[in-house]
Amino acid sequence: MTSDMTMNIVLLFAMTVSALWAVMARSLLKGTIGLALTSAIITILMFRLNAPLAAVFELSVCAGLITVIFVSAISLTKPLTHKEIECAARDRMKRFIYLPVIIVIAAVVLYYLRIPNYFAKAIMGDTAIDVRTILWGIRHFDIFGQIALMIAGALGVVILFKEANK
Amino acid sequence: MHNLLIIVPICGIFILNIFLKPFRTILAFCFAAVIFISQIIISLFYASPFSLDALSSVVLLCIGIVSLASLLVTQHTVPDETKKFRFINLLITASIGMSGIVMVKDIFSMYVFLEVTAISSFILIAFDKNVEALEGSFKYMMLSAIATVLMLSAVALFLLGSVDMSFDAIQKSLFQSNNALTTLAVTLFMCGLFIKGGLVPFHGWVPDAYMTAPASASVLLAGIVTKVSGIYTLIRVTTAIFGFSDIVKNILLAIGAVSILVGAFAALGQTDFKRMLAYSSISQVGYIIIGLGTGSALGIAGAVFHLFNHAIFKSLLFVNSAAVEKGTGTNDMQRMGGISSKMPVTGFTSVVGILSVCGIPPLSGFWSKIIIIVALWQAGRYPYAVIAILASVLTLAYLLSMQRRVFFGKLKDGLDGLKEAGWGFMIASSLLAVITIGVGIFSPYILSNLILPIKEIFIK
Repeated sequence: MTSDMTMNIVLLFAMTVSALWAVMARSLLKGTIGLALTSAIITILMFRLNAPLAAVFELSVCAGLITVIFVSAISLTKPLTHKEIECAARDRMKRFIYLPVIIVIAAVVLYYLRIPNYFAKAIMGDTAIDVRTILWGIRHFDIFGQIALMIAGALGVVILFKEANK
Repeated sequence: MHNLLIIVPICGIFILNIFLKPFRTILAFCFAAVIFISQIIISLFYASPFSLDALSSVVLLCIGIVSLASLLVTQHTVPDETKKFRFINLLITASIGMSGIVMVKDIFSMYVFLEVTAISSFILIAFDKNVEALEGSFKYMMLSAIATVLMLSAVALFLLGSVDMSFDAIQKSLFQSNNALTTLAVTLFMCGLFIKGGLVPFHGWVPDAYMTAPASASVLLAGIVTKVSGIYTLIRVTTAIFGFSDIVKNILLAIGAVSILVGAFAALGQTDFKRMLAYSSISQVGYIIIGLGTGSALGIAGAVFHLFNHAIFKSLLFVNSAAVEKGTGTNDMQRMGGISSKMPVTGFTSVVGILSVCGIPPLSGFWSKIIIIVALWQAGRYPYAVIAILASVLTLAYLLSMQRRVFFGKLKDGLDGLKEAGWGFMIASSLLAVITIGVGIFSPYILSNLILPIKEIFIK
């Protein structure tokens, strides 16, 4: 096993753990942070697999934009009482306790099925494309779309949640 | 240069929300009006630096006109100043999304702007936050999410063979690797677009979303949002990427014919004004799809012409339904009657709208329908041409029945104090009616300068 592959496997493991944390965390805020962390690790994996274009979008949309919108929405919700937190945590544990077990079983099954764990690197052009080139040279029109998405999301939070909270 | 149609509105929203607090509602209204009017002028007289081709210009023009009509209606349907300000912001973001869809030549960028439009639409539908509005928005959101999953899966499959995400690159890769996987990708993508366009059997969200949305949001949704996010995208990807194989043509013709018939029969039984118009929209969108399904240059030009006409006259009818709802407080047609005597502008423009939908000469709807029927006949698709003609009779039946129940006859009790709903409604409906009549009368000029250039793009 090469060091490259070991690193990829470590990253995949970290991604699985943070994804589990996102789903099972007691507070919504921690769940959101778990989700952002998952996206950030996926971004690193994509960079390592020579897919900087996908990586940039994963980072900007999933780790950036969606986290901002989630955190804004959460900031407008009413905090739960201690008893409610206990109740919600118990409920969540009941629903997701099997999730880590399923993942471990799936990993064991896949290992014994001997599915090749070869990470194929994306085929790149003659030179590696720099993130700035991707953002402002190749995909600049999408950036405006993302800004518009952010505005629409922020308006949605204000219209649907902030006023309801009042 | 074409970035300006996106950048200027985005900067405007930032300035309005961050720097300008006093008089911000009136400023937002003026800013949105300037943006939409500029878009109309640009697409008519200065289109080439801003749009991809003639098809983009026509759709950009529709976006400008319908957004302006929706903005005018907002003046009277959203009374609270803060809410009006936010509503106008959302109108602008929806318009940014739609303009973006029209200007891109890359499937991922198209997806990004489809999402901008979809998110703005969800919030616009749920704007009133009553149970019905939230339910309508939720249905749209769920089906839209399914459409997104289908389209993204298709994009992933396209990328297995394509070097990048531009239409040209994907088209080349599809021609090179014509296998089961590419067929699956094309099918998934088309299903996603059928959902976005509200075509039968994916139309479940359309009546609820149109009916429960605030009046001005209904105008925007029915007038242009579904046309751009479902129908324009379908025309674009079919012509630029998928091509017209026999399977694609047959699917389009079948879906179009079923939509025409199901929409028309469903509209016949409705008593709710907006719900009837929603089903009528499904039926009329079917005409666009069978025009596209001919796969001929004439059929595609007819489809785009009907897209334009339908955006205008259906917006007109939704503006009128909003005016009637504001005046009477209901959408139930059984509680209406004789409204024309109290709302003459609304009554007259409504006659113009329904006659155009039915394809009565010399109004605009006649010309686009006749082009589609001729194209079907030339392509040897006789049964579909017959369906298109007979469905026009059905359309006439339900819309004349609506006109008689709502606008003609004796004034219903309790409607004595009724009057025109406001200047915004009158300007919007008059503008749309003038366009409907004008396009009909000057159709040779419109066809040769605006619509027929579209044929050139597809004759490759």
